[in-house]
Amino acid sequence: MTGKLRVAIVGSGNIGTDLLYKLKRSPLLEPVWMVGIDAASEGLARAREMGLKTTHDGVDGLVPHVLADDIRIAFDATSAYVHPENSRKLNELGVLMVDLTPAAIGPLCVPPVNLRQIAASGGQMNVNMISCAGQATIPIVAAVAAVQPVDYAEIIASLSSLSVGPGTRANLDEFTATTSNALEKVGGARRGKALAVINPADPPLIMRNTIYCEVEGTPDREAITDSVLKMIEQVQVYVPGYRLVNGPDFEGNRVAVFMEVAGLGDYLPTYAGNLDIMTAAAARTAEMFAQGILDGTITLTRPETV
Amino acid sequence: MAQGKLAGRKVTLHDMTLRDGMHAKREQIPVEMMVKIASGLDAARVPYLQVTHGAGLGGNSIQHGRALASNAEYISAVAAVVKQARISVLLIPGLGTMRELQEAYDAGARSVHVATHSTEADTSPQHIAFARKLGMDTTGFLMMAHLNDARGLTEQALLMESYGAQTVYVTDSAGYMLTDDVTEAISRMRDALRPETGIGFHGHHNLGLGIANSIAAIAAGASRIDASLAGLGAGAGNAPMEVLAAVCDRMGIETGVDTFALMDLAEDVVVPMMDTIVRVDRESLTLGFAGVYSTFLFPARRAAKRFGVPARDILIELGRKKMIGGQEDMIQDTAMSMARERGLL
Repeated sequence: MTGKLRVAIVGSGNIGTDLLYKLKRSPLLEPVWMVGIDAASEGLARAREMGLKTTHDGVDGLVPHVLADDIRIAFDATSAYVHPENSRKLNELGVLMVDLTPAAIGPLCVPPVNLRQIAASGGQMNVNMISCAGQATIPIVAAVAAVQPVDYAEIIASLSSLSVGPGTRANLDEFTATTSNALEKVGGARRGKALAVINPADPPLIMRNTIYCEVEGTPDREAITDSVLKMIEQVQVYVPGYRLVNGPDFEGNRVAVFMEVAGLGDYLPTYAGNLDIMTAAAARTAEMFAQGILDGTITLTRPETV
Repeated sequence: MAQGKLAGRKVTLHDMTLRDGMHAKREQIPVEMMVKIASGLDAARVPYLQVTHGAGLGGNSIQHGRALASNAEYISAVAAVVKQARISVLLIPGLGTMRELQEAYDAGARSVHVATHSTEADTSPQHIAFARKLGMDTTGFLMMAHLNDARGLTEQALLMESYGAQTVYVTDSAGYMLTDDVTEAISRMRDALRPETGIGFHGHHNLGLGIANSIAAIAAGASRIDASLAGLGAGAGNAPMEVLAAVCDRMGIETGVDTFALMDLAEDVVVPMMDTIVRVDRESLTLGFAGVYSTFLFPARRAAKRFGVPARDILIELGRKKMIGGQEDMIQDTAMSMARERGLL
């Protein structure tokens, strides 16, 4: 098999639309379908202009076309509430799901930390992208944990008010719980705690993230600094606006790293680095799987081949 | 002596000594001291007293400091001794969670300030609804109120009312509001909210207006006022409870508290435990002047010492960057950036 892998985006809001721009540039992925639930959606109109097929009947509108259009991967940018059903319906048709909601059915994925491992583990049909705060902070925690054990990791994500949609606003507990859990499961901290702050300043502030790690024993300053700087470079491969502002700073057993995330400004403004890092991480994840599928190292079982 | 137009008005005083006061004590109030002060407040007939980490539920953290005991330990210790007072807690969505609210309720809390920044009320519907479901006295607490105008605050208050808040607060976290600002915001809210929805005011004394603004709030229609003994609170502190009680007595405003008992408690117990006297000084005045979250005071002093940039400069810069409550990490970040620009780092 050669060429690009054909994919669908479920959810025609801000995230889905920004993702579409990124997928259009991908050497490995070809966005074919955009799925919404509102016929008047701006996102669907834009997708049509960009040559995609669209439906406003949700995933049910996509299902009849999956096999004929050879859709192999779908991105879900809807909500944690509808994700499980979306995933079930598409998985049945052999479509791998990249989940941008906090539903977290599948393994939690932060590309530079564990994507290779998840892709290599085989049989995955659903991969979860955690949260924007998770994508922005877990790489740093993992970089510290790679040097010495992290007893406790705490992160603070400051988001500009305009970049936080109604779903996140109404579910802040879920956002912080999902992120806290991933600081442990993926970041490698024994205990994790995530805090979120929504700042309405005008002009909007660029997304900021502060990462505190309390390590076991005296921090090895040189090794931790080196590990963190290398990790930042790895994130910058897919999020160029991922930038160290201050640190790593050491005080007792505490390591503090102060990051900023500027978006690419594809569809969303650059201050919305929180949304950009999600769509960029999702695209990166799908590309890794696509490479495996195209190489034949990953096989998605499709009904017609059973 | 004439008591004036507010005579006969009933106002509920809500004590902040054991929550906002935690900031002034860097979260280091021992459980026994909380119990002692709470007993005194209860005996002085203060109807509500707030007991938690300064940042509320979920506050124990690197970001906000670690207290000597967990919130549940503080609350249950106080709940065991109070006879009439209701124990309240602070919950800031994004930091505190509904699970922690349930724990606080189980420990004896029966009232909650659900707090959001003054423009972000829509991050509170789940928490307000959950507090109501628990049967708690539920308040929507609009922090950093000076960063929204009277019309905007009223829109946010209406949202909180629609989620189920029984009282909505104008919270002057930076101690920045002038008396006319308080009057305008609360008058407008009073006109827009349902008559049964209460309005509260929470002041900070950074410009020396803690009492004056509280009285202006009452005149404009507020029926709940937050205050703390000897002003123990973030920045230059809250409106001093014993002073407010005395002024209310003189004006004929009915608070139901024992003013002399509060004076004694403030003088004999709270002032002696202060690490530094809570007052309007160079840095706390800067908070009020520049519109900076009062809690930033101590971390800014600490960063000033560590990085060699004056605390006032750091606070002014934080105000300019429009940093809000919860962004304490940006104090060190800002101090480090300023130190680098000045060739100190």
